Amino acid sequence: MSRPPVSSTPGVTGPRAAEAKSLDRRDRAWWFDFGARAAVFVGGMSAILFIAAIFVFIGTQGLDFAIHRLSWSEFLFGTHWEPTVEPPRYGALPLIAGTAWITVVAMLVSAPLAFGAAVYVAEFARGKQREWLKIFIELLAAIPSVVWGVIGLHVMKPIIQHVFDVQIGLNVLNAGVILGLMAAPIITTIAEDALKAVPDTYREAAEAMGATRWQVIYRVVLPHARPGLSAAVLLGIGRAFGETIAVLMASGHRLMIPHSVFDSAATITATIAAELGEAAKGSDHYQVLFVLGLLLFLITFVINLTADWIVRGGRRRA
Amino acid sequence: MTIPRLPILALGLSLLTACGNSNTTEIQNLGSDTMLEVAGAWAEAYHHAHGEVVVSVSGGGSGTGIAALISGDVDIANCSRDMKEKEVADAKAHGHNPVRHHVGYDGIALYVHKDNPIASLTLQQLADMFGAGGKISKWSELGVDLGDPNADPIALVSRQNNSGTYEYFREAVLGGESGRFKPECNNLNGSKDVVDFCAKTKSAIGYSGLAYASDKVRIVPIVGKSGQPVTPSIDTVLDGTYPIARPLMMYTIGEPLGAVKHYLDWIKSDDGQRVLMSKHYPPLRKL
Repeated sequence: MSRPPVSSTPGVTGPRAAEAKSLDRRDRAWWFDFGARAAVFVGGMSAILFIAAIFVFIGTQGLDFAIHRLSWSEFLFGTHWEPTVEPPRYGALPLIAGTAWITVVAMLVSAPLAFGAAVYVAEFARGKQREWLKIFIELLAAIPSVVWGVIGLHVMKPIIQHVFDVQIGLNVLNAGVILGLMAAPIITTIAEDALKAVPDTYREAAEAMGATRWQVIYRVVLPHARPGLSAAVLLGIGRAFGETIAVLMASGHRLMIPHSVFDSAATITATIAAELGEAAKGSDHYQVLFVLGLLLFLITFVINLTADWIVRGGRRRA
Repeated sequence: MTIPRLPILALGLSLLTACGNSNTTEIQNLGSDTMLEVAGAWAEAYHHAHGEVVVSVSGGGSGTGIAALISGDVDIANCSRDMKEKEVADAKAHGHNPVRHHVGYDGIALYVHKDNPIASLTLQQLADMFGAGGKISKWSELGVDLGDPNADPIALVSRQNNSGTYEYFREAVLGGESGRFKPECNNLNGSKDVVDFCAKTKSAIGYSGLAYASDKVRIVPIVGKSGQPVTPSIDTVLDGTYPIARPLMMYTIGEPLGAVKHYLDWIKSDDGQRVLMSKHYPPLRKL
């Protein structure tokens, strides 16, 4: 903690006591060190502070309604979401089901793609090619979600209509594919880190015993990296769960439990985005949207904690 | 596609920049998506004639405009429906007295794919198609053959529930305040999105403002009080024969004063109403 600043050490040759005393001087370097430490402490703690503040904000905005007037059985199992009709109905099951459907499709799309990319980048690509690939994967992650939404609306929609001969091209499949492509770079990056973390000695040992490249990857690297790969998928799920605008544009926003991937659907996030601007502050509609936000927050919280727990478990075993 | 919160942010920013310049007056105008295009045209034409006044216009939906008016963020809220009792009560609770200004009309047209041959629809048939519990769910039940069994189930295209068009259609067609849409509806976020959807989906039918008509869709004549099918147009809305038409409103807090009053008076004048007509909305009176 109290390592001396580099600038004050050279040339100190006296007895130890004098050296210690000279090091304890609260000169400019000491204050600078103190200030820097305080600054990074605030930065580090701010994450916790923000999470707590957001949780409190979302919680208090919807609390009154959630406790006194919301029927939780209707909220969790009701199938009609009609917040602006008198009497209003707040059945969020279609939104929960829509979110789940789209997330599952997104993972079916992104997990194989991302694992393939991660294995190639980590195990096969070399030198410049590897560097370029990583740059492009990161670029893919940086594409704004509204651009993905436009792709869903204008590119995916006609493709789905023609290929599958369905009438409505804005549906679970469309939103799922778009979300899958959005989540893939994140999964790839984390999965690649997990593969890279497998010690080379393991690979060398397997190769020395005559295993082919694929056998090394399939039998040694992948099993060893499994906790990291699971965490990668879970974080991808978290990403897909929370994505908003692309889903709002590509899903068709139908407030009904989807029965197939060709049905339109609505998600929790898209509903909040579409309706919050209108709802008068403090009204029941406004508050129920915050309850939806709280539900979303809790789900992503659990997903992220699980991912973290899996990674830690994996490290302990290793 | 509108992102409800962004316009408000943009407004806030433009308000900040406006403070630096004392020569121009800025009027903040927010609300109905239906009225967005004409509100923009009014703002532009007015600024052309009165260079010292700048009108900032944003959409987001009628409810968004009213909410912003109540919280004091805007001078004028565009609203394609009457304020709800709840909203009036909310405004009163904030110590505001909202004043309604009637600025024009809008016909709600029923759009279908251009290959859809349906001759006309009655209000009852529309209620059976769009309303919860309604019996009509296939085109064949209306005697329409679209030539493709996949296209027989009707794809209903509606709006998100903060849209004034959604509210108006619900009240005018689905049986008043308690009318409910079928959950099968696709809820789109913009007037133009509805028309685009119908243009590209053979089995679709959707409702949207008359001003959003295009060559790529067909407008279904609706049977009015006379028992005859009526195609929506400026004339049929003005003479009252087209049954699904509504007034367009602008709301202010209290009677408007100064620049805002002058702007609203100009909108209601012949000059302002000609701008409205150029955007295919029926004016307040025959010009």
